Amino acid sequence: MGIAFENQVAAPQLPSRPAYGDNQTGTHLPERAGSLNGVIVPEQPGKNAIEVRGVRKVFGTGENQVAALDTVSVSIRENEFFTLLGPSGCGKTTLLRLIAGFDFPTAGEILLHGQDIAPLPPFKRPVNTVFQSYALFPHMTVAQNIGFGLEMLGKPKAEIEARVAQMLKLVKMEALKARRTSQISGGQQQRVALARALAPQPKVLLLDEPLSALDYKLRKEMQIELKRLQHETGITFIFVTHDQEEALTMSDRIAVMSAGKILQVGTPRDIYDRPAERFVADFIGETNFLPGTVVSKHAGVATVKFASNATIAAGYPEGFDPTGEVTLVVRPEHADLVPDPVKGTIAGTLANIVYFGTDTHYHVKLDGGGENFIVRHQNSRSSPVTYATGAKVGIQFEEDAARVLKD
Amino acid sequence: MTTAALSSASLSKAALFEAQAVKTSARRNRLLSLPALLIIGIFGVLPLIIICVYSFLVAAPYGGVQWQFSTDAYLNFLFQRDIFDDTLQFTPDFLIIYLRSFLFAVVTTVICLLLGFPTAYFMATRPPAQRNWWVLLITIPFWSNLLVRTLAIMFIIRDEGLINNALLALGVIDKPITMLYTNFAIQLGLLYAFLPFMVLPLYSSLEKLDFRLVEAAYDLYATRRQVLWRVIIPLSKPGIVAGCLLVFIPALGAYVTPLILGGGVHLMIGDLIAQQFGSGRNWPLGCAQALILMAAVLVALFFYVRNTSGKVQHG
Ligand SMILES: Nc1ncnc2c1ncn2[C@@H]1O[C@H](COP(=O)(O)OP(=O)(O)OP(=O)(O)O)[C@@H](O)[C@H]1O
Ligand SMILES: [Mg+2]
Repeated sequence: MGIAFENQVAAPQLPSRPAYGDNQTGTHLPERAGSLNGVIVPEQPGKNAIEVRGVRKVFGTGENQVAALDTVSVSIRENEFFTLLGPSGCGKTTLLRLIAGFDFPTAGEILLHGQDIAPLPPFKRPVNTVFQSYALFPHMTVAQNIGFGLEMLGKPKAEIEARVAQMLKLVKMEALKARRTSQISGGQQQRVALARALAPQPKVLLLDEPLSALDYKLRKEMQIELKRLQHETGITFIFVTHDQEEALTMSDRIAVMSAGKILQVGTPRDIYDRPAERFVADFIGETNFLPGTVVSKHAGVATVKFASNATIAAGYPEGFDPTGEVTLVVRPEHADLVPDPVKGTIAGTLANIVYFGTDTHYHVKLDGGGENFIVRHQNSRSSPVTYATGAKVGIQFEEDAARVLKD
Repeated sequence: MTTAALSSASLSKAALFEAQAVKTSARRNRLLSLPALLIIGIFGVLPLIIICVYSFLVAAPYGGVQWQFSTDAYLNFLFQRDIFDDTLQFTPDFLIIYLRSFLFAVVTTVICLLLGFPTAYFMATRPPAQRNWWVLLITIPFWSNLLVRTLAIMFIIRDEGLINNALLALGVIDKPITMLYTNFAIQLGLLYAFLPFMVLPLYSSLEKLDFRLVEAAYDLYATRRQVLWRVIIPLSKPGIVAGCLLVFIPALGAYVTPLILGGGVHLMIGDLIAQQFGSGRNWPLGCAQALILMAAVLVALFFYVRNTSGKVQHG
């Protein structure tokens, strides 16, 4: 029976590599996290749970070749809540699969706590995965699914039962523990998948959109639970999500990916306030793009002139040298309306007012043309001025609101 | 208010519609199943009734039956009437042939499963475009008649056959190993004849297996062996059950293979029954033997299915 079984899915031919533990001589690739956006993150050697070094992953051959990951380098620290954020097909799942050991990098290496994990099959890596497709065992009950990892580790029965009960409670599935996984809803399956991966208390937990099928309330609850759990257990979380709000609220650091590359790594604040590239700004949060011309630069701050001849001071990322025609990026909440068009840096006509409950969005048709500029106003009981559509308004910018970004 | 009362009050119209729909579809179903029922009736049940009736009659001297009720056929299965004092003597000859046949069938099923599973697994893990070619290869034996293929085996294993000639030429042996007309020959023939019937259902089960589940099991610290026993085998159980049935039942009633490769010396049930209709000229006994075989298979099936179903969830 053995022969055919060796041809197993997860056992591709291992590329020849240095023996396990013989990796200390590996060259350090520069970490992108620190070099971008001016925030220097101190390198903590040995404190990295996962180090991805120059990893490429190419699928297919010849004409059908796809580089799902194009030379990705990133370090994920111990006990960190690290989020991979990016549009569909950018390589998030691929990166998780390489870390879990289901696929092997075409080039580069992955270290777990400083050790090259290439020689380790998935069942020897202290890494568990919450699969995007759940991948629950249909022939087992909810409880059996959750206990599977512990059972494989050979834990005593009593310990397994206690832990399964604890996990069932955590994901609120106690009532359905004897059900088969084919007889529960999608959201319930997702919770079981989460409990199953958490039960063996891995060093690193890979979560591939683990909350995507849950309703808003349960999702919020699970987010809090996950954060608490991560805090208490010291497990390193690598979390994949499409939901930028989820990414911003939960993560210690976020990596924004696009087309197989990591564009920026940083704290939610870095990413949101100091996006390194236009793609990042566009992908996370709402953003206004304004055309302008650089007139002067000094100490990381450029003076940019609008068509209306008004000027504004705008920061720009380190290592980027803005000249000539550029695009400015301004978050909607970093700008404000003024009733007098002359008092604003730029001016326009109120085209649309959209009420969102907590805040209101004002869509301003700029005098210079182009896309509508959006200003977000937090609603309060005593909003000083009320605006009506069609009114002429000015737009003012908060200090540091505008940034010049690479296209 | 109970739910029943509630639904009959507020949903009466919908319920009526549903009842109507159920009735219509039931009628349509009955009509559609008529041809199938006819075929089963004419080709399945009718011959069975004839066999059943014949088994309780008396054998005519030159084949056929005399219309006279008798349970002799069943008695003859285990006992022989002494010609001199008319007492019944226990004669286990037939029983031994039955047990031997069961043993052959069981061994065939087990070995087919052991060989077939890795084969099917190999096929199911090939790239999709390749898989159909492998299926085609497995079905090649079906393109020619079993009798011809069995004769071919005979030529391979007989004393002057391929194997013995090769071994003699290589000097491994200095006189031919007798393989033909032995239990080994029958067993080999049975394995050869029925292996595809094991591989194909196993393959169709394994092909549907979601290999992401295998990855999930690896991820949860299951070793290759554990993945096999805890995930792959349980999930391919429908194929295992189907394959075992498709091999065991026909192997038990095999006729051509033991006849040719056993040389008529090592009988199996099929040959025994055939004999009663031929040289034995005892149709009632043949009918009784066939029915006893059927009863035995049904009992075995009952236990087998009861032990294997219910534990597997499809889908
Ligand atoms: N086994 C494979 N064979 C060929 N191409 C693949 C394979 N797996 C992934 N890809 C390709 O690699 C790219 C990255 O896929 P990946 O699954 O990592 O995306 P993702 O970021 O997880 O997307 P999503 O958010 O939709 O889950 C995609 O273009 C995909 O088509
Ligand atoms: Mg994905």
